[in-house]
Amino acid sequence: MADYEIPETHEFPIIPSIMEGAMAHSIPFVAGEEFQSDMGFPSPEEPGQLIDGWKEKFLELMEEKLSKYRSLQVFMDICVKCGACTDKCHYFIGTADPKNMPVARQDLLRKVYRRYFTFAGKYFPKLVGAVDLTEEVIKDMYSYYHQCSECRRCAVFCPFGIDTAEVTMAARDMLAMIGMGQKYSNQIIPKVHKIGNNLGLPEPALVDTLEGLEEEVEDDIEVKVRFPLDEKGAEILLVTPSADFFAEPHIDGLIGYAKVFHATGVTWTLSSKASEAANFGLFIGNYEHMRQISLRIRDAAKELGVKRIIFGECGHAWRVAYNHLNTLAGPWDFLDQNYPIPQHILEFTKDALDRNLLNIDKSENDHMTLTFHDSCNIARASRIGETPGSQFTTPRQVIQAVCNNYHDMAADTTHDATFCCGGGGGLLTDDLMELRLKGAQPRMESLKNVISDHGVTHMAAICAICKSQFTKVLPYYGMTMDQIVSVHQLVSNAIILEGQGGDEAEDSDEAA
Amino acid sequence: MASIEVNGKQFEVDEEGYLANLNEWEPAVGEAMAAAEDQVLTDEHWDIINFLREYYEEYQIAPAVRVLTKAVGKRLGKEKGNSKYLYELFPYGPGKQACKYAGLPKPTGCV
Repeated sequence: MADYEIPETHEFPIIPSIMEGAMAHSIPFVAGEEFQSDMGFPSPEEPGQLIDGWKEKFLELMEEKLSKYRSLQVFMDICVKCGACTDKCHYFIGTADPKNMPVARQDLLRKVYRRYFTFAGKYFPKLVGAVDLTEEVIKDMYSYYHQCSECRRCAVFCPFGIDTAEVTMAARDMLAMIGMGQKYSNQIIPKVHKIGNNLGLPEPALVDTLEGLEEEVEDDIEVKVRFPLDEKGAEILLVTPSADFFAEPHIDGLIGYAKVFHATGVTWTLSSKASEAANFGLFIGNYEHMRQISLRIRDAAKELGVKRIIFGECGHAWRVAYNHLNTLAGPWDFLDQNYPIPQHILEFTKDALDRNLLNIDKSENDHMTLTFHDSCNIARASRIGETPGSQFTTPRQVIQAVCNNYHDMAADTTHDATFCCGGGGGLLTDDLMELRLKGAQPRMESLKNVISDHGVTHMAAICAICKSQFTKVLPYYGMTMDQIVSVHQLVSNAIILEGQGGDEAEDSDEAA
Repeated sequence: MASIEVNGKQFEVDEEGYLANLNEWEPAVGEAMAAAEDQVLTDEHWDIINFLREYYEEYQIAPAVRVLTKAVGKRLGKEKGNSKYLYELFPYGPGKQACKYAGLPKPTGCV
């Protein structure tokens, strides 16, 4: 494990004293020419520089965005510096860098807005904190707009509802257009366009992986549970993050979805074309890429002739799907209108549980005591079901329907006040490891407290990024990587399929 | 682009130290990358690295974790077919660290 100073955790949250510039050195890799051009973004002549005419370009884009997105204009104008957001950001709490106070991070853009787009800033810049757009300012923006995971916790506490995420997205998009795209996201998005998923997992590898999973499940429980790919005429298209094919504990969630589908008797399929739920177009604030990624789902649904679309456990994918799928890739008039379009896998599973379609043995999860991490994008941007707050109740109801032991973390760290895992919004990259470790502090603190006070052993999540991030950061906070689990992994453990055997296999697994 | 020198030869690597050109790889490159991270590559490490390269050649991607653990289990015995064993060998994660030594690109995405 690399050597970073890990923030302490406490019994009660402590807001740190500020340390100016504590994270000014945090600068993720800038996308090189190959990645910028794959995205259709310009590259500077010299690496590490900005494109010719960058300043004019930036201001031109800003003017365009301000007129196109009324919300951005309002967010630039309306902040009264009340300070309600200052201690709400996990990156501020974990790093103590005052520029990670959401108001200060927004101000990186706001002070430029003032200088060029307001009367006072044009003529009396010093009076209103307006500054010239310089390379220094751009570099600061690049650093700190990549210290925001677009989780919107600050927006919950802002009396005006200013959405920092939207400011971050706008800033990242403008930065990319003057040659400062971020490598991590810009390397991934073209893989979705070309291959179909973030990993760049080609169809033959996907086939091989799914066949392996079928064998594994059959070895385990002696039931042939299928993982169908590109099966025309299936009722349901499952769109899930490609991490579900690749990583742990994600893959155990995928096994859970397959078992639920199997038990309910519906026909379903994955698609090699839409083998990704994630949509990093959101993270970089680029509408066109977001649209192109979404259109793959539409094409796949049409080609396969499915009637329903269900999304797997992925936080921001659900935010995009729940809010924007119709605008981006609709109309969905060719799907069965009797079901939600799209639907979340948890809503499907909860419905199956409510209708007693699943045979559940909760004691299979008795070796664990669970808590639930509300993923930011689901908690603050969607529902899982029809009623307000169903994004909080549905996952908990499913967990408690398959587990006997459950305890929530502190109320000011869950539901819509949940903390980001520390790796969301396009920051789940090794070059931001220090930021990720420090930004995880609030969540690690509430988890540790629920472990020591209530004997919790595992935390369940419904987002691929959260799962990968926790796998990585838990050991730094004195816990183990396998303490993070998928919600459908718990379902998978507890569900008993017809004809299921293989107790011996299960026992030997546990012994191992 | 940065490069590393191995046995007098220059090899281009990306910002994160992954080999730029897969075809240039040779075992000494893996050894050198491991040495730079204070890792000594044993036969057990090489079993994994070689499997990764074979799989990549066929599928143009590193194997998913379950594909890898299953293959390891088959080749080296069931007690080794789990991610715990792989993490003992490659503490920074078999996906990333072992791929690096094998000269493969880093897996991208939410992993």
